[in-house]
Amino acid sequence: MAVETPLKGNIGESIKRKEDDRFIRGRGNYLDDIVLPGMLHMAIHRSPFAHARIKSINTDAAQAVPGVVAVVTGALLAQHKLAWMPTLSGDTQAVLATDKVRFQGQEVACVIATDPYVARDAAMLVEVDYEVLPAVVTPQQALQPDAPLIRDEKEGQTSNHIYHWEAGDKAKTDEAFAKADRVVKLDTFYPRCHPSPLETCGIVADVNSATGHATLYMTSQAPHAHRTLFAIVAGLPEQNIRIISPDIGGGFGNKVPIYPGYVVATAASLLIGKPVKWVEDRSENLISTGFARDFHMSGEMALRNDGRILGLRVKLLSDNGAFYADAQPTKFKAGLFHIVTGSYDVAAAHVEADGAYTNKAPGGVAYRCSFRVTEASYLIERLVESAALEMNLDPADIRLKNFIQPEQFPYMSATGFEYDSGNYPKAMQLALDKLGYKELRKEQAEKRKKGELMGIGVASFTEVVGAGPGKHYDIAGLRMFDSAELRVHPTGKAILKLGVKSQGQGHETTFAQIVTEELGIPAADIEVQEGDTDNTPYGLGTYASRSTPVGGAATAMVSRKLRDKAKKIAAHLLEASEADIEFDHGKFFVRGSPSKSKTIQDVAFAAYTNLPDGMEAGLEGVTYYDPPNMTYPFGTYLVVVDIDRGTGQVKVRRMVAVDDCGVRINPMVVEGQLHGGLTEGFGIAFMQLITFDEEGNCLGSNFTDYLLPTSWETPKFEMGETVTPSPHHPIGAKGVGESATVGSPAAFVNAVIDAVGHLGIRNIDMPVTSDKVWAALSEKGAAE
Amino acid sequence: MLPAPFEYHAPHTTEETLELLDQLGDEGKVLAGGQSLIPLLKLRFASPAHLVDINKITDLDFLEERDGTLRIGPLFRHKSAERSSLLASRYHVMADAAPQIADPIIRNRGTIAGSVVHADPSGDWGTVLLALDADLVLRSKSGSRTVKARDFFSGPFSTTIEPTEILSEIRIPAAKPQSGGAYLKLERKVGDFATVAVAVHLQMDDGKVRSAGIGLTAVGPQNLKAERAEAALKGARLDDATIKEAAALAAEAAEPKEDHRGSVEYKRNVVRVFTERGLKRAYERARGGG
Amino acid sequence: MGQSITVTVNGEKKTAEVEPRLLLVHFLREKLRLTGTHIGCDTTHCGACTVLVDGTPVKSCTMLAVQADGQQVTTVEALAASGTLHPIQAAFKQEHGLQCGFCTPGMMLTSVALLQEKPDPTDDEIRWALSGNICRCTGYMNIVKAVKSAAAQMKASAAVPEAATASARS
Ligand SMILES: Cc1cc2nc3c(=O)[nH]c(=O)nc-3n(C[C@H](O)[C@H](O)[C@H](O)COP(=O)(O)OP(=O)(O)OC[C@H]3O[C@@H](n4cnc5c(N)ncnc54)[C@H](O)[C@@H]3O)c2cc1C
Ligand code: FES
Ligand code: FES
Repeated sequence: MAVETPLKGNIGESIKRKEDDRFIRGRGNYLDDIVLPGMLHMAIHRSPFAHARIKSINTDAAQAVPGVVAVVTGALLAQHKLAWMPTLSGDTQAVLATDKVRFQGQEVACVIATDPYVARDAAMLVEVDYEVLPAVVTPQQALQPDAPLIRDEKEGQTSNHIYHWEAGDKAKTDEAFAKADRVVKLDTFYPRCHPSPLETCGIVADVNSATGHATLYMTSQAPHAHRTLFAIVAGLPEQNIRIISPDIGGGFGNKVPIYPGYVVATAASLLIGKPVKWVEDRSENLISTGFARDFHMSGEMALRNDGRILGLRVKLLSDNGAFYADAQPTKFKAGLFHIVTGSYDVAAAHVEADGAYTNKAPGGVAYRCSFRVTEASYLIERLVESAALEMNLDPADIRLKNFIQPEQFPYMSATGFEYDSGNYPKAMQLALDKLGYKELRKEQAEKRKKGELMGIGVASFTEVVGAGPGKHYDIAGLRMFDSAELRVHPTGKAILKLGVKSQGQGHETTFAQIVTEELGIPAADIEVQEGDTDNTPYGLGTYASRSTPVGGAATAMVSRKLRDKAKKIAAHLLEASEADIEFDHGKFFVRGSPSKSKTIQDVAFAAYTNLPDGMEAGLEGVTYYDPPNMTYPFGTYLVVVDIDRGTGQVKVRRMVAVDDCGVRINPMVVEGQLHGGLTEGFGIAFMQLITFDEEGNCLGSNFTDYLLPTSWETPKFEMGETVTPSPHHPIGAKGVGESATVGSPAAFVNAVIDAVGHLGIRNIDMPVTSDKVWAALSEKGAAE
Repeated sequence: MLPAPFEYHAPHTTEETLELLDQLGDEGKVLAGGQSLIPLLKLRFASPAHLVDINKITDLDFLEERDGTLRIGPLFRHKSAERSSLLASRYHVMADAAPQIADPIIRNRGTIAGSVVHADPSGDWGTVLLALDADLVLRSKSGSRTVKARDFFSGPFSTTIEPTEILSEIRIPAAKPQSGGAYLKLERKVGDFATVAVAVHLQMDDGKVRSAGIGLTAVGPQNLKAERAEAALKGARLDDATIKEAAALAAEAAEPKEDHRGSVEYKRNVVRVFTERGLKRAYERARGGG
Repeated sequence: MGQSITVTVNGEKKTAEVEPRLLLVHFLREKLRLTGTHIGCDTTHCGACTVLVDGTPVKSCTMLAVQADGQQVTTVEALAASGTLHPIQAAFKQEHGLQCGFCTPGMMLTSVALLQEKPDPTDDEIRWALSGNICRCTGYMNIVKAVKSAAAQMKASAAVPEAATASARS
């Protein structure tokens, strides 16, 4: 049968995604689609108060509703030593509150029933008698000497202070400031926001009381790590736990932590002996699961009169909510925030960070970012904008003047990051050209004469992704390697099993392409499996843009391992010496006579049928890859805005995004990732806000208040690329899932500030809403 | 979230509906597009014992101009208003407002009448009806009565309708030549309610304003009618000074509250700016432009 | 409390006894096990639950199952019922209009209705029509492209029906 041969799927080819076939037919298998025989449903009763002592809990009315099987409280969990669980930052977190509630929406009791509607009816009937305590809603408040103590249950905890952490060289930085002609300062707040993937979090826990085996279907970005943590938390033998992460409807960091609902559903399934499903509703997702950011930052930049940056001093106060639960490597208390020197050659820098408990939901997840690099990138890019304004320099020029130059790589930053590769001026130039920067500056000058407000925002970010070298990076002690297992079957078709887990990034396609490039097996012949801990090698999961840098490298390495063996088999088949065998895209041949060749498929067959003497059968292997370094994607984003002086409305007229993420495995997928990231950056810059009133009530608890951009507001993006391969990654790729969310918020805000900077306005904190813009204009007498 | 239990009725005629509502009294609630009521049921902010769904009644979806009156039926949906060439050509304030309600899918089901009865101070249609000086026909088993839109709203989510009544028809004086209107809405994104919105309707008469209607959204306990601003325009020529004065009066009529969408001062300013812009646009349209 | 309803879902008559409070989305997902229709919010904002009721996009989380009695409901599962992808499905794959796939069924159904009403929409008309469906992954760029490309495809197939079906299959 004649079949049209489509692209084979080598690196650089935009082949269509394999996973799409089920999604476009509505045949994905997401968590809520899973139904097991006899399955029960769980609903959670949550605290209406941010801070309150629990005097008593009465579950009688809930228990009495027909269809209710059990009501679980903290007291019951405490009997099983499950009322508290460890967090990813070495703290503890209440599973169900026993003593106090510490944030609005905290889990207090769970109802298990035969029907989700009934579970919800009954959860509303749980009666809790509270003594309301004063709530602490900002870290500044939290650190006042007389602030109510939030974590009074923690031994030795006498204040709401969590950690103090420093990076860089203080003395050297002080010296740089002493020498400076100018010091530019910026205080800015990166507010709390929420990743809000379209699918919320959930679990179907199925514990077989006869065998003790627990099968947990979970919306998990890191199933293996979760299995280990479950073993530790629940005291279950690890070999008896199987975590299956089905199709995931977006993660963006939200599905990295372990949530109380998962633990209770598992315990309930164990106690009741039936599967238990819990799926959050949106409001539960927004008020209780992993938020992001909430960093109060002040930066000072020391400059020479010509605009050269000499030093950087940064102070950070982080709001961690009621439990310190940031998902981040143990060593770093504020994630990778200390990469705050960004794309610039800054000789001296010092970062001081403090964290505080507040009566807000815990989390601190890396929302489409690599452990707080987003906040760092935002601060430095905003500071450079301030410097440009103060010193009357063009925002592009001041950046060009301070960029780490291409010949300086590998570059050791003042806070200890070794940047692998980059060409920042080139990316910026491409962006400026694409935008027509000079002409727009002229237009801006003319508009300004007429009193019209137009701004051009510049941001040149550097990301740090691919955690990470196991020496420095871990999650709860687990080193951050990742894995790939490749099995090539006798017919030359293959299965690739990974320790990472896609949430929409297209792993089933792009990881197959790495194998295609390395072994020449068409991507269509490679099945990629992820998410089932029984059937995939151990890995740390997908977040912080680490899949391609780490899992992708593991895939390349395991393919090479098999290629080496295949070469030996090919030599045997071709009756030549191994040293004379060459390989090119799926064909082995004797050097100099390419016509005499064996395909990878021939070799695969031989691996099971016709082996050289003494060789082990099969063509399979597994690799655990510990990256030698992080990778450092970068780019320049440019934004043009127009502002209505009467309403303060900001209209994004254009956005140009030039990204360099090293080698692009599937350019179509890369571009899709960037579009998505830019849109989230746009949302964060202009609308996505989780905030609280003085009593600690969450004011972003559903999509009426937590605003997500639709197709109508979202700008149309103009994309560009440069390619600077990572020198240490086997295929030169750097990871791209998050660059755009990291880099774009500053570009949007800088555009607004660029429009109004001449009026003396230096900062408007995100989200940049029309009322804030108008208020700033009005203060300067410039509003209509 | 999931609704609490209730009983459901789907009568096929208005008479049956009125009979049911009469029996149910406080316990009954009309279900029209459901785009406000069902979210409330799901959040359990409302839990009526009985729902009376009027969607099975076939003769309630109408928009017609008859005897000098534009008549709108209870099941005339936002989407039909958005697509109506009659509204686009002659009832600009309605045509402007329709596509700015909620989002396209919600507009497929939500109704103008439901919106008016729901009486959300941030809802748009009430404001539009205030600007157009509409009459509302309220019908019960025992008969019907007509109230002016400005007498209908009595506070946030509250009106003078009785639980036994339905809003059976909205009546708007038919647009005459030399009339124009505009609806300006400040929203944070599609699907958001207004931070502030202003409805303007002008009837010109040889360069002078014969009558003006100005309605304000989301700046008071209910949709407001800026009556002093309307009065100031009556009989005047629409020069810059008049427009400015009317806009200032409209801003004064606003009673906004500070919230996460903005300060009192901000909202008042947007009322002023939008009234100015709205009057200019309406005037332009009344003269046959825009 | 149960009420008997008959709904024509994807061309098939389905009769069931339901509680009046049962939302249409749960009727489809739980009772009929048509899980292609998703739930993304509680407040009628996201459109992940969009289905066609008598051809019109409706958020099935904001309609009661009892209200669908006697009506025609179309879900994503119907789009390729004959085994051949609908042009909108082929275009979403071709143009990379989806990532996690969670919004995709709703997006496609809204698009199908749009193309019915406006066979040749502009970019802005597409963005406008889809503004009740939230996508967290794609940034909408490729969704818009997909709808345009489906429009072109459908126009071509209206001209030469057979050739187009064949190419939609490939
Ligand atoms: C996400 C979202 C965004 C929205 N944004 C906007 C917006 O920007 N602007 C805006 O104006 N609206 C907005 N709405 C509300 C929407 O317009 C609703 O359609 C409208 O408010 C109610 O109309 P309905 O037909 O859906 O009424 P229903 O929800 O069915 O009913 C609403 C109320 O009116 C009563 N009722 C309905 N019809 C009658 C009648 N004929 N007689 C007596 N009582 C009746 C009902 O009993 C109920 O109390 C939004 C809704 C949502 C979910
Ligand atoms: S589930 Fe979000 S609109 Fe229906
Ligand atoms: S593809 Fe994930 S939400 Fe649209």
